[in-house]
Amino acid sequence: MIFRTVRELVELAEKENKKISEIMIEREMQVMNKSRDEVIEQMDKNLQVMEEAVEKGLRGVTSVSGLTGGDAVLLQDYIAKGDTLSGTLLLDAVSKAMATNEVNAAMGRICATPTAGSAGVVPGTLFAVKNKLNPTRMQMIEYLFTAGAFGYVVANNAFISGAAGGCQAEIGSASGMAAAAIVEMAGGTPSQSAHAMAITLKNMLGLVCDPVAGLVEVPCIKRNAMGAANALLGADMALAGVTSRIPCDEVIEAMFRVGQMMPTALKETAQGGLAATPTGRRYAKEIFGEG
Amino acid sequence: MKFRSVFDIIGPVMIGPSSSHTAGAARIGKVAHSLLGGRPEWADIYFYGSFAETYRGHGTDVAIVGGLLGFDTHDERIISALKIAEEVGMNVRFFVEKEVPDHPNTAKIIAGTKDHSVEIVGISIGGGKIEVAEINGFTLKLTGEHPAIVVLNNDRFGCIANVASVLAKNKINIGHMEVSRKEKGKTALMVLETDENVAEEILAEIAALPNILHVARIVE
Repeated sequence: MIFRTVRELVELAEKENKKISEIMIEREMQVMNKSRDEVIEQMDKNLQVMEEAVEKGLRGVTSVSGLTGGDAVLLQDYIAKGDTLSGTLLLDAVSKAMATNEVNAAMGRICATPTAGSAGVVPGTLFAVKNKLNPTRMQMIEYLFTAGAFGYVVANNAFISGAAGGCQAEIGSASGMAAAAIVEMAGGTPSQSAHAMAITLKNMLGLVCDPVAGLVEVPCIKRNAMGAANALLGADMALAGVTSRIPCDEVIEAMFRVGQMMPTALKETAQGGLAATPTGRRYAKEIFGEG
Repeated sequence: MKFRSVFDIIGPVMIGPSSSHTAGAARIGKVAHSLLGGRPEWADIYFYGSFAETYRGHGTDVAIVGGLLGFDTHDERIISALKIAEEVGMNVRFFVEKEVPDHPNTAKIIAGTKDHSVEIVGISIGGGKIEVAEINGFTLKLTGEHPAIVVLNNDRFGCIANVASVLAKNKINIGHMEVSRKEKGKTALMVLETDENVAEEILAEIAALPNILHVARIVE
């Protein structure tokens, strides 16, 4: 069950007539020398943490700095009025992604997917799509393994940290992972999962990591929201039969090269982008007493 | 393949806000804690690169102290780590370094008790995963692609053989091994990369061997 690229992952799944989540589960059992039950149980625990974080965020939290919090609740109230433009499912995903990251900013307990700053996208989309597809608990666990399989390829061939590759490496990766997992849960093929990841990640190439005051709040929380929306659209496009002209592995490679070219000021140093705006600097000064 | 487990990607479960700056930092602190065999009485912590720029916003200082206190990434006590350190009389100092490191998220910890100290350089490579680059001034040449443990021992005959035989008995294959010491007959260091993960109980078995001072897992 060795795969180093998305192409190898898809080929394995097709050749063995298995879902991508199953390939990842078998790989994990082999590499970590664990039983199927142990691997499933560990993922079930992570799923539990994600559920609790969303629930907590939807009750309303405020970050340690006081800069963020409460937007997930605003969105749920808006959805409840029943008159949204972009639709309930999409906004529900957006709200639950934000709920997770608001809890993260409040130093609450979350599950990194693949990082803490990008922890909202995968659970946000999962718990929104859940209401439409009514998955079993096991299918929800599989969703996380599929997302993990794609993230695994990105992490080992490129990067998943903002300090190394900018926000494209974090929320870009998370969004691609989520898109691929949505496709599998909706009954799409492994190849469609790969296209969904490629389509979604392409749209986030070059995204910089520019946290205001160095806090994982502005713009991180709203970027998770937009990442969740992006993932749902990427998944729908792939399910409709739309394909990425650039193969997924080459998109990941491009993301890596773009990240290498990106200046340090835009890689989690809080020196450029939104962090360097007059308002961004003012927040930094108010919170830490310096610019 | 530096990220070996799917739980490096979907995980860790952690206290926010940053996997590299908070969870990774806590894990670097925890390695120092393990190598000391417990809580240090004092610690000097040096931040480099992105760590130096944003450590307060990300709670890197709080998390690394949490790790030094022995807390895991998901332990809610991390939030009050600085206060807890003060309460238990752990003397912590932070230094922001201008030097540009090879990796943006690098921290050096020198920590100790009255009797002994340990110095480690840790790198947080993303998603909460860390690499230990140096221990006690000795550069580790780990690939990061296999599990690895560090053993600190008194420099006496038989230590290496004893550690190897515990691993052999538990059917763990050593892929790469380095040994070093500062001075003949004093403290020595073994770094072992293994094909299989070394379980807690095996670490405890190694720690109980004669002349073994401390054992820590540095790559999972």
